[in-house]
Amino acid sequence: MNLFDYIRPATLPEAIAAGARPGASYLAGGTALLDLMKIGVAHPGQVVDISRLPGLDRIERLDDGAIRIGALVRNADLARDPGFAAACPAVAEALLSGASAQVRNAATLAGNLMQHTRCAYFQDPHSACNRRNAGAGCDAIGGETRGHAVLGWSDACIATHPSDFAVPLVALDAVVEIAGPDGPRDMPLADFYALPDATTPGGVTLAPGELITALRLPPEAAGFAANARYVKLRERTSFAFALVSAAAMLRIEDDRIAAARVALGGVAARPWRSSAAEAALIGATPGTDIFETAADLMVKGAAASGDNGFKIALARRITTRALTLAAAGTPARMPALPASVFAPVTGTASHA
Amino acid sequence: MPDPMNPAASGHHVRLGSNSGQPMTRRDGAAKVTGTATYAADNRPEGLVHAVFAGASIARGRVTFLDVAAARAHPGVIEIMTPDNRPPLHVNPDEKFHAFAWRTEALQDDTVRYAGQPIAVVIADTLEAATEGARLLAPLYASDPARIGFDQGTRYDPPAVGIGAEADFAKGDLAAGLSAAAQVTETRITTPLQYHNAMEPHAIVAEWTEDRLTLDTPNQAIVMSRNAFAQYFDIPAENVTLRSPYLGGGFGSKAIIVGPQLLAILAARMVQRPVKLVLRRDQMFGPVQHRGATQQVVRLGMEATGRLTALDHHATASTSSFDDFIEPAANASHNLYASPSIRTRHTGVRIDTGTPGSMRAPGEASGSAALECAMDEAAEALGLDPLEFRLRNYAETDPASGKRFSAKALRDCYAQAAARFGWADRPLAPGQMRDEDGLLVGWGMGTCLFPAPMFPARARAVLRADGTAVVETAGADMGQGAWTALAQIAADGVGLPIDKVVFHSGSSDQPDGGVAGGSAHTASAGGALHAAGGDAIRQLAEIAAADPDSPLFGTGNTGVTARDGRLYRSDDDSRSDSYSDIMVRAGLTELTGTGSGARDPANEERRAMFSHGAVFAEVKIDPELFQIRVTRMVGAFAAGRIINPHLATSQLTGGMIWGLSFALHEEGVHDLRTGRAMNADLAGYHVPVNADAPSVEAILVDETDPYVNALGIKGVGEIGITGTVGAIANAVWHATGKRVSSFPIHIDALMG
Ligand SMILES: Cc1cc2nc3c(=O)[nH]c(=O)nc-3n(C[C@H](O)[C@H](O)[C@H](O)COP(=O)(O)OP(=O)(O)OC[C@H]3O[C@@H](n4cnc5c(N)ncnc54)[C@H](O)[C@@H]3O)c2cc1C
Ligand code: SF4
Repeated sequence: MNLFDYIRPATLPEAIAAGARPGASYLAGGTALLDLMKIGVAHPGQVVDISRLPGLDRIERLDDGAIRIGALVRNADLARDPGFAAACPAVAEALLSGASAQVRNAATLAGNLMQHTRCAYFQDPHSACNRRNAGAGCDAIGGETRGHAVLGWSDACIATHPSDFAVPLVALDAVVEIAGPDGPRDMPLADFYALPDATTPGGVTLAPGELITALRLPPEAAGFAANARYVKLRERTSFAFALVSAAAMLRIEDDRIAAARVALGGVAARPWRSSAAEAALIGATPGTDIFETAADLMVKGAAASGDNGFKIALARRITTRALTLAAAGTPARMPALPASVFAPVTGTASHA
Repeated sequence: MPDPMNPAASGHHVRLGSNSGQPMTRRDGAAKVTGTATYAADNRPEGLVHAVFAGASIARGRVTFLDVAAARAHPGVIEIMTPDNRPPLHVNPDEKFHAFAWRTEALQDDTVRYAGQPIAVVIADTLEAATEGARLLAPLYASDPARIGFDQGTRYDPPAVGIGAEADFAKGDLAAGLSAAAQVTETRITTPLQYHNAMEPHAIVAEWTEDRLTLDTPNQAIVMSRNAFAQYFDIPAENVTLRSPYLGGGFGSKAIIVGPQLLAILAARMVQRPVKLVLRRDQMFGPVQHRGATQQVVRLGMEATGRLTALDHHATASTSSFDDFIEPAANASHNLYASPSIRTRHTGVRIDTGTPGSMRAPGEASGSAALECAMDEAAEALGLDPLEFRLRNYAETDPASGKRFSAKALRDCYAQAAARFGWADRPLAPGQMRDEDGLLVGWGMGTCLFPAPMFPARARAVLRADGTAVVETAGADMGQGAWTALAQIAADGVGLPIDKVVFHSGSSDQPDGGVAGGSAHTASAGGALHAAGGDAIRQLAEIAAADPDSPLFGTGNTGVTARDGRLYRSDDDSRSDSYSDIMVRAGLTELTGTGSGARDPANEERRAMFSHGAVFAEVKIDPELFQIRVTRMVGAFAAGRIINPHLATSQLTGGMIWGLSFALHEEGVHDLRTGRAMNADLAGYHVPVNADAPSVEAILVDETDPYVNALGIKGVGEIGITGTVGAIANAVWHATGKRVSSFPIHIDALMG
């Protein structure tokens, strides 16, 4: 690990000033950043510890019904917050399906959203990686690509975004609140994760000094609470990143779908939505046929970026599954294995 | 160092007079959970500095440049060791100077033989400075293409497999067996590179005092390694003290001396300070052994009645480009099923990885995986229940040697595990069972087998006039419970309750406890401890018999029994004398006995010695997404005398979970172009979590083995893996109708 200055600002302006210096990195829970520093992928000259900044650890219900979550709210605290979990059960389920209890206790909202791809070539400082080193090339292509993207990738980068949390958030039109040297700005979370193009690898770009202060869920987000699920496919029952995952949220009125939100995780550099898929669902009676139609639309244009063509079929199937589960209703209690395909439809703990 | 192993009496576990057989909890448990157990890396001698090795990022070639100046300029860096300045070693690290010596990489030259190989060592005041110094070396290479994977490696016929085992074996006429067969099945299985990944990484603290060397390093063969270290540095063995009171797992990777240990000792010599070197997790994917990958083909010929006529098992296994350790997978087919003809063969493939080594059930694990899958496929071909098929091929004598077994309660294992599991209700055809949530359900089984070797081991028992005893052997507790089980045996050996016995273990100052490997430690070191106790008691009895003041005076040939600190006349329980009275009257403060663990060579000659077992597994599989979960495993094992049922059960269930890990999770992924390990951490190299093993049960089946050794002990450490891998794969078939051809079983293998 390189030598670095450790700075612990007392206020947001001090943090922004410190973070704007070249080579500075913000430190929140540290579960991602420290790993990257230890494996030689991140070498910040200044580590700016924002974990004790005041006022960023609140979960608030705004007057218009929106929910605002501070950047430092711990993943575990958010998932277990009764008001939040009731309003956005799929988000809570996604959070609880991620990492381990210990990591979730330390990990923060902003750190989770900002986490880097788990692409093994990104994590290997000896491999060429456009994300780490613009223009260097992409050693993942032609390498071990089982977990890589099947949607929205380019020859510049085939990485996926690993966050579970971000998947239902993107589906719910969450907005990121950013503070920086030039003042605050808002950005839809979906746009926050740029897809690669022919030459640039995509990912998150914040200007020097910019940091996430909060995340806002619009008032309509809570309208899906009755029919909201997240499903995550992985080869280990827990403590594994998604091979593919899906968030599905429905508003059902008079037995028909009045509003639908669907997003796929593990397939692209951002949680993947399809306006066509959501439009197809609207007005339909919930059922396998329409769910399969929507699932086909979700993976429209998908293509293998390596030895991962099987993920396309899985993405389609998990979309159908998530929609089916969502239509069956949000379980009264969080399943003992959140987001697991082994959690029964009803959410009771028969497989725990 | 505190001695958490011998706290004030904790005798509530003990039933008087009998220590062995009791389910004592681990005596080191409290020390471990309170953090007072001192692992190697916890040692911080005065003046300690830190060493970190730089690992090669290419798999083959030469190092042409190291930026030593940049590393040296980093604050805190003390010294850089490279092939140019490393102090001499007395033994060439490329020499195999004894059976357990591997060719190692200790900066003997600038060649690179695999990715992750040490190419320089940076010594610094802090771990961080040494780590950054190693990064700053920014090596340049002249590299050759990496040869990774079976297709790129070079095939050869190995002269031996494992550690000195035969590479080829034949019994009977295979061709005749195959042509006489009503059915022949062929099963192809590949298994990946697997890395031991003990929770505790390899670590060493090395300190020189003149020509005396003190080493704190986890080790599974303490005295053997002490002797080897002494040879490398050309000093008398007694000048080396190797302390290894606790190992955070070994699994075979900590029995053999590896390059990084030698480098730390060299570094300590170079800077004249104590040096600590602890491998990072990613550094454990290279220089500290692994399980070689295998490609196996098993051909079975059967009569229509289900009797085997031929068993042909060919294993191809990977090894390094510069040393030979061929996973002896095909040898797993020697001793299990009665076939008139058996042939096993091995082919080696040289690839650019570190050298493999023994990894928990080396050969048995991967070989059993293929054999048990093949047996299942054969049962299917015959339309027979898999258990019935195995019973029809039950070996009453060892198929390879024809010898009788020392004991074999495998039928009981089958019966008890099958009953407990509910196997009788299993539909024969696959794809018949669903659970209430629509998941596919499958049941599979496999037979478990593991040899019962013994290693030479010695021990000392000292009776003290205060009625206590000190017993010692250099045993190795890797978490399996040697501190507890060996102490139980030792206490029985001296006829004392365990709280009157101080047990010293885990240091080369003690008598050689042998190798904690081959599932032989309890039998070997335990046998030595029991014999040492017996020797001390024999001397005590002689003193008492000759002492007119003793109630045992004149006992002579009638003999005595030692129990709870007293000797009793064997023919008259009312005449007894306490150890302390006998010793005080004789003016003795101490009385020393010695012993060794051994097996009667005549029994070895006449009997085949194995632990046996059977594992039944249930899997549930999502019918569309194909995620697999092993919802239930039941195993039953017959392994002779069980010293501690609590510990034995935990070894067996742990082995079964390892089998689950083999079947569904573990896989060292290397980039085929560069040879680098691409999942060199525990986020990427998966082992099961609790949720993957919700129900695992091991039944201990009664078995008395009068031949295996004096105490009748066989091993339980490795057998649980065997049988389990196949049982899970067979359950996957039973759920889905799909035969898998490679481990771990991935979701995509079941799709389509
Ligand atoms: C073994 C393991 C398994 C995991 N499994 C999963 C999983 O299954 N699913 C999943 O979703 N995640 C998983 N994770 C990732 C985990 O969610 C992240 O490590 C965690 O959320 C990061 O949060 P943190 O607060 O610790 O971030 P840090 O490590 O402190 O920071 C991470 C990044 O965010 C930046 N950052 C932090 N705060 C801000 C801010 N306010 N504004 C701008 N930038 C900021 C940092 O500079 C850094 O680049 C896993 C992690 C580990 C170690
Ligand atoms: S896929 Fe993207 S992150 Fe991975 S190596 Fe290529 S450019 Fe880097």
